[in-house]
Amino acid sequence: MNHSPFTKVVHLSGWLLCLSAGLLLLGLFTGSLGFEVNDWHDPLLQEIRLPRTLGAWLAGALLGLSGALAQGLFRNPLADPYLLGSASGATLGVTLALFGGWWGGSYLSTEATWAMQWLWRLGITGFAFIGAWVAVLLTLLLAQGVQHTLRLLLAGVVVGVVLGAITSLLMVASPQILPAMQAFTLGSTSMLSGASCALMSVVLILCWLFSWRLSPLLDGLSLGEATAQSLGLRVAPLRFLLLGVMALATATAVAQTGLIAFVGLVAPHLVRARVRATFAATSVLSALMGGVLLCAADILARWIMAPQELPVGVLTAMLGGGYLLWRLQSPAMREGDAS
Amino acid sequence: MSSVALKVTGVNAFFGQHQVLFDAHADIVTGQWTCLVGPNGAGKTSLLKVMAGLMPALGEVQIEGQVLQHMTAKQRARSLAWLGQQEHTHNDLTVQDIVMLGRLPHQSWWSGPSEHDHAVVQQLLDRHGMQDWKYRSLNTLSGGERQRVLLLRALAVQAPVLLMDEPIANVDAPHQADWLATVHSLTQQGTTVVSVLHDLNLAMRADQVVVMQAGRVVMQSSPHDPDLHACLQQVFDHRLSFHKIETQWVALTR
Repeated sequence: MNHSPFTKVVHLSGWLLCLSAGLLLLGLFTGSLGFEVNDWHDPLLQEIRLPRTLGAWLAGALLGLSGALAQGLFRNPLADPYLLGSASGATLGVTLALFGGWWGGSYLSTEATWAMQWLWRLGITGFAFIGAWVAVLLTLLLAQGVQHTLRLLLAGVVVGVVLGAITSLLMVASPQILPAMQAFTLGSTSMLSGASCALMSVVLILCWLFSWRLSPLLDGLSLGEATAQSLGLRVAPLRFLLLGVMALATATAVAQTGLIAFVGLVAPHLVRARVRATFAATSVLSALMGGVLLCAADILARWIMAPQELPVGVLTAMLGGGYLLWRLQSPAMREGDAS
Repeated sequence: MSSVALKVTGVNAFFGQHQVLFDAHADIVTGQWTCLVGPNGAGKTSLLKVMAGLMPALGEVQIEGQVLQHMTAKQRARSLAWLGQQEHTHNDLTVQDIVMLGRLPHQSWWSGPSEHDHAVVQQLLDRHGMQDWKYRSLNTLSGGERQRVLLLRALAVQAPVLLMDEPIANVDAPHQADWLATVHSLTQQGTTVVSVLHDLNLAMRADQVVVMQAGRVVMQSSPHDPDLHACLQQVFDHRLSFHKIETQWVALTR
């Protein structure tokens, strides 16, 4: 039967919402000893598992949404949210926070300046967020705006490499921070709190609203820049706004969970394998898909080697890499159609 | 006396450091089909882009008396529909979605397509026999079929002026005839059509022909004007001859 794209979008949204609800429930009752039914008033459930499971879903949704934005903006199905240097920026931010903490702890514990204390209060999350934003701004500065996609991508690569080198230099200078850095780069949902969930919810709603309203630009851009312009779309400012939305979503997720690989890349692919629709629908579905993927990966990471826990970023990298490898073998990819 | 829909006065345009248009002038008459012709690199696409406001230029372009540069992006989008050379999609839009993009100039930022927008799109799909394709992705259509869908996208704008750059490059002969019929029906309804065409035989069926060479407009006249034939022969290095078959002029290479 030939369903309209709208019907397919509604069906897939329904499925993803049901899956999300099921995974949220499963996450509440999955602990280090496997599946266990606890009383709802159990503090373990309310203070640890609920924010962790909900937070994993929200971070996944943010990454899925920014992945869809990246692929739409760069008109490249292999674009991912970390392209503009946000990942390396966030990593450098965390390294600076840890380095400053160690350095400050050693030398400035009593005479710390007001600025130093204030910076320290921002915490690792704040530093990651600022790092991601600074990296994106640097990329935009180097690319001299948002008009040239290729220049933007190359600037993102340059910023990523340079910030990565600075991070390595700081790690060599202070090997004490290596274990904490490892936790960040492998990605983890274990530190998510109620405050993280509240922050991610607000950012997700904002980013959703913006990308929904700006979606005609991405649909128009798919016909080329000249056509988009001829349709009355102000390409440069709208593209700048969408990049801002993408950077905000990515930075917020990375700051809360560390570097989670492949969710932003794979979620829009999985959606497009089921539904071909306008960007407004694809962005919402990609966010739902990202939430489902990271929530499922988080539960698996807790359960697969219980009582030990696998870093969730390792699991998403393995599953995402496997999925892309499988896609590479598909006939469409062999014929050179990357979509 | 026929009115001028598009007036190009003293236009100079640059592509980086390279000047591509030199003091170009043209008067495009309302409700007529005007064709821009000339050898490769003559500046046809550049002039069309300047007319559409898609390429910065010195000089002036007026649409029905209004200076193009003084119009807002929305006003311009409603006045001029544009069909680019080899428009292509990388994503998954269906035929219906693509045609609906043509209604964007009529939608505000915070409202989606209206009932009227849906009606316009359905009417176009019906009239051009594309209802069966409406849920198909553009990626699943042939080059010629895509071109027809993209033309519908431009028609959905319902602008008084339609600019097309090589609109029938991949279209087979029967659909070229359909395209001609569409253009004639549009001009009969008062729409002004400007197109860049490489096929001189099709261009000779236009109401007006603008001949370009090395970034300059060298002549604008009716395809029945013997001076125009002489000009075209000179521009194409005397490798063309013009012959009349019934009421139609055809260009043969030699």
